[in-house]
Amino acid sequence: MPAITYRDALNQALEEEMERDSDVFLMGEEVGVYQGAYKVSRGLLEKFGDQRVVDTPIAELGFAGIGVGAAMAGLRPVIEFMTWNFALLAIDQIVNSAAKLHYMSGGQVRVPVVFRGPGGSALQLAAQHSQAFESWYAHIPGLKVVAPATPYDAKGLLKSSIRDDNPIVFIEGEMLYNTKGEVPEEEYTVPLGQADVKRAGDDVTLVCHSKTVAVALKASERLSEELGVSAEVVDLRTIRPLDIDTIANSVAKTNRCVIIEDGWPFCGVGAQVVDDVQRVAFDDLDAPIVRVTGADVPMPYNKHLERAAKPNPDRVIAAVRQVTYQA
Amino acid sequence: MITKVVMEALSPTMEEGRVITWHKKEGDQVAVGDIIAEVETDKAVMELQARGDGILRKIVAGEGTTVEVGKLVAVIAGADDDIGDVDATAPADSPTEASQPVAAEPPPATAPAPAGGRIKASPLARRMAREQHVDLESVQGSGPGGRIVKRDLAGVAGVAAAAPAGIVSAGGFEDVPLGQMRKTIAKRLAQSIGPVPHFFLTTEVDMEQAAAARVELNALGDQRISFNDIAIKAVAMALMQHRACNAWWQDDHIRYFNEVHMGMAVAVEDGLITPVIRNANLKTLRDIASESRALAERARERRLRPEEYTGATFSISNLGMFGIDEFTAIINPPEAGIIAVGTLMEKPVAVDGAVVVRRRMRLTMSCDHRVIDGATGAQFLQTVTTMLENPMAMVW
Amino acid sequence: MTTTLDAAKQGFYHDLLRQMLLIRVFEEQAGAAYAQGKVGGFCHLYIGQEAVAVGSIAALRESDTIIAAYREHGHALARGVAPRAVMAELYGKLGGVSKGKGGSMHLFDVSRNFLGGHGIVGSHIPLAAGTAFASKYQGKDDVSVCFFGEAAVNIGAFHETLNMAALWKLPVVFIVENNRYGMGTALERASAVWNVYERACSYDMDEELVDGMDVVAVYDVMTRSVARARERNAPTLIEARTYRYMGHSMADPIHGHYRTKEELEEQKARDPIEGLRARLLDAELITDEAFASMRAAIDEEIKDALAFADEDEDPPLDDLYTHVYTD
Repeated sequence: MPAITYRDALNQALEEEMERDSDVFLMGEEVGVYQGAYKVSRGLLEKFGDQRVVDTPIAELGFAGIGVGAAMAGLRPVIEFMTWNFALLAIDQIVNSAAKLHYMSGGQVRVPVVFRGPGGSALQLAAQHSQAFESWYAHIPGLKVVAPATPYDAKGLLKSSIRDDNPIVFIEGEMLYNTKGEVPEEEYTVPLGQADVKRAGDDVTLVCHSKTVAVALKASERLSEELGVSAEVVDLRTIRPLDIDTIANSVAKTNRCVIIEDGWPFCGVGAQVVDDVQRVAFDDLDAPIVRVTGADVPMPYNKHLERAAKPNPDRVIAAVRQVTYQA
Repeated sequence: MITKVVMEALSPTMEEGRVITWHKKEGDQVAVGDIIAEVETDKAVMELQARGDGILRKIVAGEGTTVEVGKLVAVIAGADDDIGDVDATAPADSPTEASQPVAAEPPPATAPAPAGGRIKASPLARRMAREQHVDLESVQGSGPGGRIVKRDLAGVAGVAAAAPAGIVSAGGFEDVPLGQMRKTIAKRLAQSIGPVPHFFLTTEVDMEQAAAARVELNALGDQRISFNDIAIKAVAMALMQHRACNAWWQDDHIRYFNEVHMGMAVAVEDGLITPVIRNANLKTLRDIASESRALAERARERRLRPEEYTGATFSISNLGMFGIDEFTAIINPPEAGIIAVGTLMEKPVAVDGAVVVRRRMRLTMSCDHRVIDGATGAQFLQTVTTMLENPMAMVW
Repeated sequence: MTTTLDAAKQGFYHDLLRQMLLIRVFEEQAGAAYAQGKVGGFCHLYIGQEAVAVGSIAALRESDTIIAAYREHGHALARGVAPRAVMAELYGKLGGVSKGKGGSMHLFDVSRNFLGGHGIVGSHIPLAAGTAFASKYQGKDDVSVCFFGEAAVNIGAFHETLNMAALWKLPVVFIVENNRYGMGTALERASAVWNVYERACSYDMDEELVDGMDVVAVYDVMTRSVARARERNAPTLIEARTYRYMGHSMADPIHGHYRTKEELEEQKARDPIEGLRARLLDAELITDEAFASMRAAIDEEIKDALAFADEDEDPPLDDLYTHVYTD
């Protein structure tokens, strides 16, 4: 299997789905002539033309709404936000239009739109450009929220998202675009709503998604070497619908759970996972669940402060020590 | 403060225990958690822990004494406490069931435990305690604030010191007191042959191919495989095809299992015990061989934990090493069957019209007729035979 | 009234009159039902503005798409949605056009290309550009029409959308129903530009100003605007000057503080229904008897709608969780 970047995996997914279905089009800032702010859409304008690869003005609310309208009329728009930070300007369309129309219309209107773009903390971009919004959108019934960690999952999940008839919030890891991984040449999809065990283990379950999967995997290697603790890494892949079965099965085996996420702790994704696990797997728990999250502050610019604000393997290991009762 | 030390239920089936050794003598200072005595249960030698701080003021049950679960064995109290009222014959205050372990009764004089005295245990620890019939009050928590966690329970049921029962010699004859294990064997097996309507099926298996395979496997080195291991594997695999034989009689219902846990009778110094190889059908011969050896060794040392000798869905008993050609084994209820394996013998047999010498082995299956009917058992035994005669069938 | 009547179009005028009257009676009865507690939530009545919906929708064909705001009972009725289905929706009943899940503000009838019913001021404006985008993308010549109040022109979505609609030449007509008040704030107190149609020049878009009390004038202006959109993908901004007789919603005062009773009475002299009736009588294109029988038939129809809504069943509780996602 060839190893390609996360960016190219997404590019392949877009290209294949646009080839497969002429109703699929890409719209957003700099997606065409500029080849994408993060080059995810490289080459697509040349291949599909400006009817299907549409450069927009800087008007997130407007083009997000146009995407929703086009979806209501039967197209399958992929709306790119240059980053999810800018999507705050469009959140009315995502929450009040896309997520609600099917319900408010008594099931008549379908909104098969994918909102995608990079999210999560980056490097020294400071507070307004470095934040994770998964929990914001996962809070909304009617939306599905996807956050892939690997090139394989990025491609397979984006293809499934484009084919899904519901509005999808697809949050790519801004720091993951250059990471490489094996992606098969043949056609495949990854179903939404299924977590993936990225590493099997016996002593503690590390729940993570997107960028924190790498943090969890690094921590689990060190846990094994330094403490002899065998960690199981569960990558959520889809935040909503949440695959509680996979998490609970893992916790039934390990009896301990640490949740790692880039976002803020309050009402975060991990808070939801904790709620589900304590209900579904109460009798399997040998320790309170511990969360490792981004610091509860706006992201600082200074790189030392920034590093301290992000989840890292050391913090994961400390959390694992806590749940395994190792001083 | 007075703490009554009572005979605790240290195994799921224990009804009484025999004090083997006192580790503390009267007048010794003891603290909660100290090992004060060793007790022989029906299955193993277990440790009795102090449930209260103070002085071991009085030993009621001396070494060698058998005491019912829940009955007083000693008294721990402060130097000045009056223990004259403590009734040695009375059971502990809380009624005791065989399956319910009993904790030291808190002295009646003391106030109810303060809020901080609530037992802190993780949800998992509470579940394990429930399943293993362990009283959490008897467990020392190692987590924050004394929280009882999984690792605190892992040791509780299985802690035991190897201490054989004493034998008293008296002249021309020997009076051998009944060990707890012997009592249990007697009771259980009498219970079995009595109410359990047994019938027996015997067959003779050609072991030429199995023997050849065993030689080849053993030549590979790291783990020696016995014929008994091969028999365990074959029976376990066959049970998966004949679920009707992989069952428990449950008085008002029959419980058929989807997993095969093979009980393996092991002779120990003054009895036998049946450690369990779990999911034997899923394990490789090599794993079965190493596990059965480890279990047998621990059984002989009487260091098996309750979970290692309970829960079998079917059993096998082998007296081949004693040269026994054929025998019938008594079913270990609530299991519905047991296979007795005889020794491997060279015998003249007719093959394709010619008499040749082959290695043969006799299997006798005891069946609980309430669960297994004749034909059902026979078909199962046929599958076992096929597997033993064609070992490749086990990987088919 | 600037338009002259053409005797050859008598039947058409009768249709316009009938539709306006149907809306008027429907709204009066809806208001009465609201007062009886049979209609809940927010209920925004269209009384006074009937000529805008009726005149403009009469200029459309069935395959054109209509998207409206939350004062949309009249638009739905003008589009041909049965009074029963609209009334039942107001009552929250299963037979409502949105199965009781949308209510007064969220009427949807996909079979009639009537796509809402949107409750956030201005948020539906990009949706109409989106359906227009889809029409053009699919090579159709269907037009999208978006109705909103004059207060929505100060919101970002309006400007973002008009810019893109003009830039991309989308087949869409934006109709501002200038009823002079955004809730209780007069246009002059909210907008630096008092001629709403002039906003179009920011986007080099065609504009129209029309007397929104003259249904024939609205029809004529709309006919031109739709032709521009259909024939050469040129969007238009129409300002229809009209007046709202009732309060912003049923829960709001009709006058006081923000407008006077005298102003209200003065405006009622421009009444679109009475105006058309008088002109038809003048031109001898209708008789009093014909009008009376028209009125009687409408009364019957609305009575039937009320009875239907009364007797219809509530949605089953199982419906709570349906239509959150589509399969």
